Amino acid sequence: MSGPNTDYDPVEVTPLKPEEVESARDAALAAIAAATDLAELKQVRIDHTGDRSPLALANREIGALPPQARKEAGQRIGRARGAVAKALGERQAVLEVEHEERMLAEETVDVTLPTDRVPAGARHPLTTGAELIADIFVAMGWEVAEGPVIEAEWLNFDALNLGPDHPARTMQDTFWTDPQDNGVVLRTHTSPVQARTMLTRTPPIYVVCPGRVFRTDEYDATHSPMFHQVEGLAIDEGITMAHLKGTLDHFATSMFGEGISTRFRPSFFPFTEPSAEVDLLCFVCRGAGELDGARCRTCRGEGWIEWGGCGVVNPRVLTACGVDAERFTGFAFGMGIDRTLMFRHGVEDLRGFFEGDVRFTTAFGSEL
Amino acid sequence: MKTPVSWIREYVDLPADLTTEALAAELTDLGLKLEAIEKPGDQITGPLVVGRVLTMEPEPQKNGKTINWCTVDVADANGTGEPQGIVCGAHNFAPGDLVVVVLPGGVLPGNFAISARKTYGHVSAGMICSAAELGLGEDALSSGGGIIVLPEDAGKPGESAFGVLGLDEEVIEFEINPDRAYALSLRGVAREAALAYDASYTDPTQRDVPPADDQGYPVVVDDPAGCPVFVARTVSGFDPAAPTPDWMVQRIQLAGMRPISLAVDVTNYVMLETGRPIHGYDADKLQGPIRVRRAREGERLTTLDGTDRALSTEDLVVTDDSGIIGLGGVMGGEATEMSETTTRVLVEAAHWDAVAMFRTGKRHKISSEAGKRNERGVDPTICEAAADRVVELLTTYGGGTAEPGVTVVGTPPERTTITIEADLPARVTGMEIDPATTIRHLRAVGCEVAEDGTKLTATVPPWRPDLVDPFDLVEEVARVVGYRNVPSVLPTPGAGRGLTREQRLRRRVGRTLAGAGCVEVVSFPFVGDAAFDQLGLPTDDPLRNTVRLANPLSNEEPAYTTTLLPGLLKAAARNVGRGASGVALFETGTVAFPSDRGAAPIYGVDRRPTEEELAALLDALPAQPLHLAVVLAGERERAGWWGEGREAGWADAIAVVRRLASDLGVAVTVEADARMPWHPGRCARVLVEGTEIGRAGELHPKVCASFGLPKRSAAVELDLDALLRHAVDVVPAPEFSTYPVAKEDVALVVDDSVRAADVEAALREGAGELLESIRLFDVYTGEQVGQGRTSLAFALRFRAPDRTLTEDETAAAREAAVARAAELTGAQQRS
Ligand SMILES: [Zn+2]
Repeated sequence: MSGPNTDYDPVEVTPLKPEEVESARDAALAAIAAATDLAELKQVRIDHTGDRSPLALANREIGALPPQARKEAGQRIGRARGAVAKALGERQAVLEVEHEERMLAEETVDVTLPTDRVPAGARHPLTTGAELIADIFVAMGWEVAEGPVIEAEWLNFDALNLGPDHPARTMQDTFWTDPQDNGVVLRTHTSPVQARTMLTRTPPIYVVCPGRVFRTDEYDATHSPMFHQVEGLAIDEGITMAHLKGTLDHFATSMFGEGISTRFRPSFFPFTEPSAEVDLLCFVCRGAGELDGARCRTCRGEGWIEWGGCGVVNPRVLTACGVDAERFTGFAFGMGIDRTLMFRHGVEDLRGFFEGDVRFTTAFGSEL
Repeated sequence: MKTPVSWIREYVDLPADLTTEALAAELTDLGLKLEAIEKPGDQITGPLVVGRVLTMEPEPQKNGKTINWCTVDVADANGTGEPQGIVCGAHNFAPGDLVVVVLPGGVLPGNFAISARKTYGHVSAGMICSAAELGLGEDALSSGGGIIVLPEDAGKPGESAFGVLGLDEEVIEFEINPDRAYALSLRGVAREAALAYDASYTDPTQRDVPPADDQGYPVVVDDPAGCPVFVARTVSGFDPAAPTPDWMVQRIQLAGMRPISLAVDVTNYVMLETGRPIHGYDADKLQGPIRVRRAREGERLTTLDGTDRALSTEDLVVTDDSGIIGLGGVMGGEATEMSETTTRVLVEAAHWDAVAMFRTGKRHKISSEAGKRNERGVDPTICEAAADRVVELLTTYGGGTAEPGVTVVGTPPERTTITIEADLPARVTGMEIDPATTIRHLRAVGCEVAEDGTKLTATVPPWRPDLVDPFDLVEEVARVVGYRNVPSVLPTPGAGRGLTREQRLRRRVGRTLAGAGCVEVVSFPFVGDAAFDQLGLPTDDPLRNTVRLANPLSNEEPAYTTTLLPGLLKAAARNVGRGASGVALFETGTVAFPSDRGAAPIYGVDRRPTEEELAALLDALPAQPLHLAVVLAGERERAGWWGEGREAGWADAIAVVRRLASDLGVAVTVEADARMPWHPGRCARVLVEGTEIGRAGELHPKVCASFGLPKRSAAVELDLDALLRHAVDVVPAPEFSTYPVAKEDVALVVDDSVRAADVEAALREGAGELLESIRLFDVYTGEQVGQGRTSLAFALRFRAPDRTLTEDETAAAREAAVARAAELTGAQQRS
């Protein structure tokens, strides 16, 4: 390394000799090429381009040259410094890439490690199921009506043509509030919501009523003192059983897939006349009753699944609820949500819905 | 209603090749719902023959039992004609008896294959059968459960025993809806079968009956509304020991009833045949004329089921000079019951008011085959025919003679007429049904139809008391046309308004809680004192004031709940018991608080209630707010490669509340509270705009213990209705500055009694408008701050809307904040 130029010689300045410059440049380029990481390269940069580096010192000597020599020397130094800077830059880029690659390699983790720090929550299938049904009807322009579960006896029975001596009033084993003659029951169906809707709104009425209902059934795999129903009510001019069929077919298709329809069988419900039971074409075997040669488990080989009850609203109900039975007709239907979900998902035991075991419910967490 | 197909065919000319399945399907389409098809012989294959016992050698065995080594003549059925050697353990038969023998190669119910086998030192080649082994009721052929001994005329040895045992019968069981009481008889079912196949039909009640006279047993009806028709006939010289003919026993059994004695069996048989319940009295036990009236206050009757009953003045009773001898149409009395010594039978065929029957049956909790028919409505015109049929059968098989008198009191009610527009069935069903079709089908179901312009007037048949309204006729026409022909047409409602805001908010609540790791449960709302005790509620706690049930399923849980916590905590404990190390559950559901406003009125249904009436009705109902409850028990965050797990605690419960409130755009505040079932030092009252909406915090250790929950389990219960009422409606756009933020941390030391929220509020107030946010980021207690003192560290962020704050401005705001905190809470800046 040359120190400061104390021996002033305007003609013969050693550091500016071409061979000196080239030597300094080559040393720098060699050092750059030899640098194996960014830290080394940083030192090389200081050593070969820093204030105390040969090329920097040589550059400083240019002023000592006679004017006619300065240009050439300046160009020589400039070229050498340019070559070094370029090499530094290139080497820097290469080493940076290498450095990043090494860093990223070092930071590699096992992405198969568990990430379940907070366990997942889930809504209940009865909730999501009721919402799915509501959405199907809302998409048709219907609305969702609701009412209390502890209900007036008159709304639960009388207004629906279930008079005090109607045999059907004993068919539905009712929870009565105490004292039994105070006219208040746990609703046995969501039909009182239909009555409330007719009492408070004027037709046209298109409502669907999901909700909890109660019957004094002993608790077992297929019965529960509390379960869930969805009922529908349409009141308009010119409503017929055909509209009922069309609505239930659309409901069936929306919930169970293209081509799944319903069929009616004559039945009896006090609040409808004519009344029908509605069966759903089995969405698993599509009516065949068997699947791969074995009896279909979903429909027990019947090809159809009992789904619910329906009919044309009895004009007596319209009258009790203040609807002009001369002008309007209506239809109503109802089915169990729990039961519908049981066969839709293959739930074997109704009690699974009410036990609160998170393994049951979280399995349904992805239900829309 | 169980109906043997051969019995149906007795009245209807059905196609010979019609299968039972097809018939059942057709009848289901008409409204008689198929419940089951029974084929008693379906599970028996191979040789099942009549045999005659030739010899029977009792052989005592070492085990104390005695077996019989029998030889049985089965003619050529065994291929040899030689007697068949069979070991039999039963003793209720003797040499010479005709029995039922299953030969090797046969299979009995339960897939029980019969083969010749060595037993008790013999080769037993077959089995002498009992009713049970054949899958028949133990009463089959009066076998009493033992070996079936066939009557002498049952058949010859070697002949198939299927027919004699009724094993070739097929039975359709229908579920009969309440409006089709006529189908609770072979008469009615056969009529429907005739309708289905347009086949010729013989009505079993069409018979020539002797005319009424005044020679019969004297009967007075004081209440013709309750008992419009009373027919009495008497048979004397009846042999009480006469057996019921096997064909009748078989049909009664196939129909699901028990044979008892000839006299009783005949009344049941005629009821099954015609639908008309019959009551038989031991005429020799009757004293004086029969009288029908309502019971009087304080009267009692011991019915033939041995129950002593206090009667209501609404009950219709049959009396004689001795007093009450029967609960009319529902159940007879013990005193005049037919017995094994009865030789003179009084046959009652009476028509009773259906409503009275229903009420009496319900009042006395009597459910009988007779009551089931009487309360749903029986054809009032067939009393004489039914009584005559009973007399015929009793005299034919019991050897008696009909006494000449025929008592008939009253006349059947007028037949109902219904007038409809001829196009009504088409308008209601949406099917193309022309008036001619309507008339044809109404006539097919038994109506007489008169036309008058566009109107039709139908006189309904007497067996159809259910046909009252125009729409009833629509259903009759529709079911005959066939429900399968109803077209599928979507109605076109106007534009709907979608879900209500509250419905959408409730969905949001569920999604937020599920997003916070909580699993939704649905539990029963029934509750009892035990659960309130488990919650540690004081005896005067308002939650103990419940809506009680008159008929709870369990006396332990006789009320509708006032809190969701019992159900939720039990579900949490169930999960923990099944091995969950932590569980987070939520439930939304209504709870109920008594209204104490008296009974809800029952109005008529001939018109809409007035607004006032409706308001009174709704006012009588209990308040039923929608609640939300959450329980966080045990592990809230799992341990893992990231570090330690974390148990749930009071803060998790409050965090859930805050997160939910934030998602709903509701500003909630919490303040300390102390109330069971929460830990008195770790319970927060949740308020919205100063109104309490619920509580959150750690459960009391005793409550955790009583429910079997992990220590420090936490819970929330909120009035969700109240929370949702405050949910933000339209969110106003936020305003925020993009100038640089200035951050300042302050650590303040306060007394332990000072609430962090109060310090924060003071800082916020003192800092003024430039404060953008404030957050408590550390709490420290220990030596450095001294006994009874706590250090609270807050991060303050300042920002101006229009400029970059200077250091002086920030410092001034910070100092002001600290000064205000010092002033209001005694906070000292930690040095
Ligand atoms: Zn299927």
